Amino acid sequence: MSIPGDLKYTKSHEWVRVEADGTVSVGITHHAQDLLGDMVYVESPSIGRQLKAGEECAVVESVKAASDVYAPIAGEVVAVNSEVGDAPEKINQDAYGAWMFKLKPANAADVNGLLDAAAYQAVVESEAH
Amino acid sequence: MLKQTALNAAHRAMGAKMVDFSGWDMPIHYGSQIEEHHQVRRDAGMFDVSHMLAIDVEGSSAREFLSSLLANNVSRLQMPGKALYSCMLNPQGGVLDDLIVYFLREDWFRIVVNAATCDKDLAWMQAQAKAFRDLRLQPRREMAIVAVQGPQAREKVWQAVPEMRAATELLKPFQAAECAPYFVGRTGYTGEDGFEIILPAAQAPAFWQALSAVGVKPIGLGARDTLRLEAGMNLYGQDMDESVTPLESGLAWTVDLSAERDFIGKAALKEQAPARDLFGLVLLDKGVLRSHQAVSTAHGAGEITSGSFSPTLDKSIALARLPKNTAIGDTVQVTVRDKSLTAKVVKYPFVRNGKSLIG
Repeated sequence: MSIPGDLKYTKSHEWVRVEADGTVSVGITHHAQDLLGDMVYVESPSIGRQLKAGEECAVVESVKAASDVYAPIAGEVVAVNSEVGDAPEKINQDAYGAWMFKLKPANAADVNGLLDAAAYQAVVESEAH
Repeated sequence: MLKQTALNAAHRAMGAKMVDFSGWDMPIHYGSQIEEHHQVRRDAGMFDVSHMLAIDVEGSSAREFLSSLLANNVSRLQMPGKALYSCMLNPQGGVLDDLIVYFLREDWFRIVVNAATCDKDLAWMQAQAKAFRDLRLQPRREMAIVAVQGPQAREKVWQAVPEMRAATELLKPFQAAECAPYFVGRTGYTGEDGFEIILPAAQAPAFWQALSAVGVKPIGLGARDTLRLEAGMNLYGQDMDESVTPLESGLAWTVDLSAERDFIGKAALKEQAPARDLFGLVLLDKGVLRSHQAVSTAHGAGEITSGSFSPTLDKSIALARLPKNTAIGDTVQVTVRDKSLTAKVVKYPFVRNGKSLIG
């Protein structure tokens, strides 16, 4: 599966989309869901929580294992996707559509420090070897 | 270098995701672990369990040897083909392994042991065997083992290999028969009907393809684990090991302390009054129970030994080692990350023959 060029990424396998209103949506990558397998539980951050970059803020659990999700950049949680909470398998079905939460960035320019698709592709490939 | 079973190429051709399982390159799933789980509960699935080891115990003192080696009583095995589940204990009563022993003839029993423990098991058995005359232990590494499990499993096996039907149609649960080159036991690790079939490794790929051709789907070790957990079956190395006895592991029913027979570990078991045992848990809150999570009960602390999501029940379940006077129906608290979640103590198995046993 190709890595979408219009998103930003982290080494810890989150993806980030900058929305028109300036907020950023966060999910986990196709590669991450493939490693974890069938998703059965998602624990989202509460709305209003202030996150530091790199802070543990959510958990995804597959049948196999639990995995932490980290805040890609600093910001305030302004929305969580209850559809993914109710049906975690949406992450398996469409990883880049199944956003988990939205942040209002503390500093909009922070997104520029994240990985682009090519750099994330390199991360995935380096893990395979 | 990981060890490979005779079916390694078949797994890869079927799209398996392979993992290192106790030094073996084994399929964890072929796409979706949950779908594979349902496939076994609703129809039929096949598992490559060739990493497990069959060991033949041969010679005129075979029964006497096993009577001393195993915590369960092989005198229960009188009809040829009968199988028995047992623990093998160390002198302290700790569980060295759990296994199935099949009685074929007075001078031929067959044991199937776990993959991770087989070298240790063989060394232990060989050391104990020295006290017996006319006894041979034959590890059957040249054999593959395929489990076919599910409500349609036996019918599908007979469709795939029609000549097997006559020899195995009348087998009751926990009975086995030879049907050369197959050795077929009506046993399993899923809580469903089915067979476990031991056959020469060279013939395993053709047998696997024949099963696939009649619609039996391959099932990975991931679903094997959730199936056995729902069925309330212990996993060695997780629910018990050398540091605990069968009496602390929900396996008192497999230990015969009353008979006159002596066996390794018996004296130690008789001296102990176990303070803990295994119980089933069903999570009432949202989340997933996992092994090693701490459990707090009205009678003291405990720990989850196996926990996962149950695809059949659509909630999380676990086996937990808890204070012995814990009662069915009690609620307990489980520490999951920074939260305390509520779970209910239940009698297990959780699922048998496709049906929930949890009220």
